[in-house]
Amino acid sequence: MQPQMVMYDEEFQQISAVCERLAREANAKIVFLVDKNGQLIASVGATENLDTTSLASLTAGNIAATGGLAKLIGEKEFSILFHEGEKDNLHISIIGGRVILVVIFDTRSSLGLVRLRVKKASDELNKIFDGLMKKVKVPGAGSPFAEITDDDIDNLFSE
Amino acid sequence: MSFINYSSREINCKIVYYGPGLCGKTTNLQYIYANTNQQAKGKMISLATETERTLFFDFLPLSLGEIRGFKTRFHLYTVPGQVFYDASRKLILKGVDGVVFVADSQVERTEANVESVENLRTNLAEQGYDLDRIPSFEAVAPKGDGVYETLKAIAKLILTELKKGT
Repeated sequence: MQPQMVMYDEEFQQISAVCERLAREANAKIVFLVDKNGQLIASVGATENLDTTSLASLTAGNIAATGGLAKLIGEKEFSILFHEGEKDNLHISIIGGRVILVVIFDTRSSLGLVRLRVKKASDELNKIFDGLMKKVKVPGAGSPFAEITDDDIDNLFSE
Repeated sequence: MSFINYSSREINCKIVYYGPGLCGKTTNLQYIYANTNQQAKGKMISLATETERTLFFDFLPLSLGEIRGFKTRFHLYTVPGQVFYDASRKLILKGVDGVVFVADSQVERTEANVESVENLRTNLAEQGYDLDRIPSFEAVAPKGDGVYETLKAIAKLILTELKKGT
């Protein structure tokens, strides 16, 4: 079973700051971070007209499918994917084997620049997630759901 | 595994609809999509072949309301039911919190149902779950009867398990 994924406000602010800097330094339109199960962790940039939930789920599906392909040819995973479109491009990379960083960019940037900046941001994000995982393992850092009652759950469906 | 976000005060869970080919997994999601309030649902995505058979998965995000200030979000997925898509089914089951097994009620599909349950057992075992030891609930879902009841039941089971902290 995979470990429970938890996000706290402190780490969320740090992660968002790294993503914002990456978007700026790489001249990217959008940067977002997804966990391998398809849950959106953070998104920055021009996301107003974008269905980020669907993007997150499809990105995770994409990584899962290419990961399956990698295993078939004896690779652990393909850590970087690049999709080139007519106007916009997608750069997808796996960070620390657990989260997926997606950068959407157009002709104002280049693959080389994005790769360079992603590498730097990946190291920083990796450190934040390492700290987060340690925090989650500390006893007492349990689920907020430990205190809910059966009535709370029933009320959710009472309408 | 569920994802608890203290920053946005959200809890995200993953439900997978499993079962043999043409049993109605996608139909379950389509029914839920068609009968859910606009505010509570996101866009439904279907990665299907030209003949509308599921190729990779269908995806439907739902918000069920709040518990103690936490928004509960459920991500509904289906798997491709056809036997030869097993590699895809394994991928979709990763990080699952609850499984709805959709059986085909036609007598001639009994064998296909059994084969699919056994396949589910094998694929869940790879993730450390024992099919015989997880809580379960039975439902019947022709013409939409029981579709919501099933969804509510699985959501309740997931939240109850989360409460236990397992």
